[in-house]
Order: sequence, then C-alpha cells, then structure tokens
Amino acid sequence: MKLKKNIAVSESGFVFDPNSGDSFSMNPFGAEILNLLKQEKDFDKIHDTMTKKYDVPPGEFDKYFLDFIQTLKQFNLIENDD
Amino acid sequence: MEKQPFERPFIKKLQSGMPSKFGMKMHFDPITEIDGLNVKDLIGEYGSPLFILSEKTIRKTLSTAKRAFTTRYPKVQFSWSYKTNYLDAVCSVYHQEGSWAEVVSGFEYDKALSNGIGGKFIIFNGPDKSAEYLEKAIQNNSLIHIDHFDEMYMLNALSDKLNKKPKVAIRVNMDTGIYPKWDRFGFNYENGEAWDAINRIMIGEKLDLVGLHTHIGTFILAANPYKIAAGKLADLAVNIENKYNHNIKYIDMGGGFASRNTLKGAYLPGTDTVPDFDDYAEAITSGLVNSHIKPDKLPLLILETGRALIDDAGYLLGTVLANKRLADGRRSTIMDIGVNLLFTSFWYEHIITPAQPFSHHTEETAIYGPLCMNIDVLRENVDFPLLKKNDHVVIKRIGAYNMTQWLQFITLRPRIVLIDEKGKSHCIRKNETLEIFKAFEKTPEHLLNFKL
Repeated sequence: MKLKKNIAVSESGFVFDPNSGDSFSMNPFGAEILNLLKQEKDFDKIHDTMTKKYDVPPGEFDKYFLDFIQTLKQFNLIENDD
Repeated sequence: MEKQPFERPFIKKLQSGMPSKFGMKMHFDPITEIDGLNVKDLIGEYGSPLFILSEKTIRKTLSTAKRAFTTRYPKVQFSWSYKTNYLDAVCSVYHQEGSWAEVVSGFEYDKALSNGIGGKFIIFNGPDKSAEYLEKAIQNNSLIHIDHFDEMYMLNALSDKLNKKPKVAIRVNMDTGIYPKWDRFGFNYENGEAWDAINRIMIGEKLDLVGLHTHIGTFILAANPYKIAAGKLADLAVNIENKYNHNIKYIDMGGGFASRNTLKGAYLPGTDTVPDFDDYAEAITSGLVNSHIKPDKLPLLILETGRALIDDAGYLLGTVLANKRLADGRRSTIMDIGVNLLFTSFWYEHIITPAQPFSHHTEETAIYGPLCMNIDVLRENVDFPLLKKNDHVVIKRIGAYNMTQWLQFITLRPRIVLIDEKGKSHCIRKNETLEIFKAFEKTPEHLLNFKL
C-alpha cells in the first residue's frame, strides 16, 4: 500500500499523475489519507490518526478506507502489493 | 477534544474536454425537516422506509388550482381522482375542500361512499362497471360516464328494470395533436362515434344525458391540446342543443395535468418545463368561452386532476443500506426504498436528497433498491453526494400513484404518516405485517406437515 512515485498531491485535494497525465480531485478526508500515504504511514497509523480526529466508529472507518484504497488502485495511483 | 464530523474519503478523476450538455451540476440543500418535523425523528418514530404526506401542501396546491380556474370561468368543480391516492385521510382533505369523488371501479365507488360522500357527488368512470355497481350508482343518482356501447345497453336495461332515468355523460376520445392519442376509452370524436352515441341516448330517452367527458392523456406537457379538447366538447354540446334543444349541465375535462417531476429522457427538468395551473386553465376556459355555447348556458366545468394536485405533497423517506463499487468502478448505493414502493421511478428521474448536511463533493452513483431483482433501480446514474450506511434520504414529489400502485413484493409495505397543518404527525396507514399477509392464505391440510 504505497503511493506511486511522482504523484503530486496538493493540500486542497488536487492530485496529478505525471505518468498518465490524469488529474483527480478529492474531498478533504481523501486528501488527508493520501497525504498520510505519501508520508509512507502504514494502515494502523492512518487508522489511529483518523479515528482519533473524526467522529467515525473504527470498524466503519476501515470499511471506507479499504474502499478508498480500491479506488486508488483502480486509478493506478498506488503500487501493486506484489 | 470534540471529534470533527466525518465524510467517507473520495477521489474523482477529472475529465477534460467539452462539458456535457446533460451535466447540470446538482445544487441542493439537505431536507432535514418536513413541515417543521425533523426527518430523523420521523424515521425514529415510524421506521424506514416511510411515506409522508403534507396536509398543508395538499390544501395549498388545490387552492392554487382552484384560483387558476375560478378566476377565468364562472362555474368550476374539482373531483378528486381516487386512483391517484385513495387513502381515506387524503380523500377526506379533498372532500373538506369541496371536491367531489371520481372513481373507476366498484371498490373505489364503495370507498367514496364509506368516506361519507353522497352518491350524487360521485363520478363513475372507467371501462369496468358491473351491472351490480351500475344499479347502485343509478339508485344513488351518481354521474355515470359511459365508456362503450355495451355499457350503454346495460344502462338502458337497468333503466327499464328500475324505472329510473340514470344520469349519464359519455366519454369522448379525440385527436388533440398529441402523441400517444388515447382512443381506448370512450367514443371517438373524429369518426362520428361520439355523435352516434349521443344520438342513441337522446332518441332512446332512457338515459338523462347531463354531461360530456374527455380525458386526453396523462402527463400532458403542453396546455394547448386541452383547448382543442374543450373546443370539441363544446361543439358537441352546441350540436346537442341545436338538434334536441337540450342543454348539457357539465363538461368534464378529466385529468392529465403534469406534476413537476422530470420524465426519464427529458432534456430539461420538469420544474422548468411543465405548464402550471394557469396555463392549463387559460387553455381550457378559453376553449369553452370562445365556443358557440350561449353565455347563459355555459356548463359547469369539472376537473378530475389527480397527479398535479398531490405529487408535491408526498415524500418518501429512506435509509442507505450499503455502498459498493460496480465492475466499471462506479459507486452504487443501496437504499431500503425499492421500485415496489416507488413505482413512479419507472418513468421519473426522481430527485433523491440526503436528509443530513453533506459536502459539495459528488460521485457518479447508481442508486438501487433493496429487492433481489435486477429491475430495482431508482436512478441509473446520478451525481450524488457521499452518503454513508444508515444515512437518510428524502425523495420529493411522490404523492401521486405510489400509494395506490405500490406492490407487496419481497418486502411488506411501510407506514404512511400525514403531517397536519399544525405540524402534528398522524399515522394514516399502518405498516403491513406477516400476520396480515398470511391471513389471506389457506394451506390445504395435506400440505401442513413435511420432513426435511
């Protein structure tokens, strides 16, 4: 679960992938998670940070997080695990 | 430290190129209250899904429609179309406002009587009127709108049997320049069948021809066809007077006025394109007052408007069951509202609004109902805010037909709540239960036991 190199992430939630030329927009929660991924934080750390800060039950956060990661994979923004 | 509100994380690919001509951005606010009552509280008290009807909106819409017609024509009578929504509480609101009852079956006829409506204020329409109910309608002096010759012969026979002259109108179908042209109900104007039916009634002297009726179609998005229809009925009325020196007492223009919903495939939203009551009223009344009917003989104008009067008063509240991702990457949201409850989702692009605050971020979403059936789709593809499981939604403008055409299919039907003018909620139809459903069934003795 590692963000691909060269992916540019702005604070306002704008993402640019120089490999494909595609750009993306995110809501603040997506931006915060992507920035944590960019800092190479692991799942536990991201989980901890987000559930402490936001009003979301831990189990529920995991569900949305996994779905978000799935979407990032679909957009080719993270490295394959293998 | 208090935690901040959470929204599920979301990323969307930005598409370059020409903006889509269908890509009108959705700008709307959450619907957190209906007539002063909190949506979340209503669901907490009565469950989800939940139908809500606003008494205030029903009365206000009818008053707007009445004003549009009565300011243009001297004699106007509304008659509530039972099939559009025949909940007793709803019918009673219309009857309190002076509306008669317009029914299309024996069941609806009895329902109107049970609501306390006098027989002479019931208009009996439709192709299926049994001899039993025609007899009842004759005895009650109801207004019987003849649909076909077989019905006319039946009425002639009943007139002899009861030694009573039934009060009748004929339903006339006609070309008003719209498609589809409804020709399955009543007698055709253009081919002379309607005039033939009138002559048979007048010469037969067994029936009292008191009115002429038409119902040109449904969800009519232009007002002018009503002007053409009114003109054609007025011509028939004038011909009757010229030939028989008989004045008909009323012209019934039926229903068919569109509500402000958006039809599937429509280019612009219904709120921008649908004629209002003033447009329809102007067309109909100008068709009548500009006809050759003598001013002192102008008949009563009856309107059987249903959909346009009640759609805005109805809301369907529901809850998000799950979010998932489709094979093409699109989001899909599953709600506890299916096509079994929202029958009109087969032809409207219903506006589904979150019942809690949401951010401006939206995602292309397919919205499905809870049924294990592929056809259970509320919106195929809509730019929709990011909702979480257990979030609530409100679907507006669902007052017409959904509470009569709904299906007991896979799930049981939920409660219906009326919010009165003082903002108090009343459950006007209980939710169905397994016991109620099973009470109609009977299993033969030999099928009662089995071993697996």
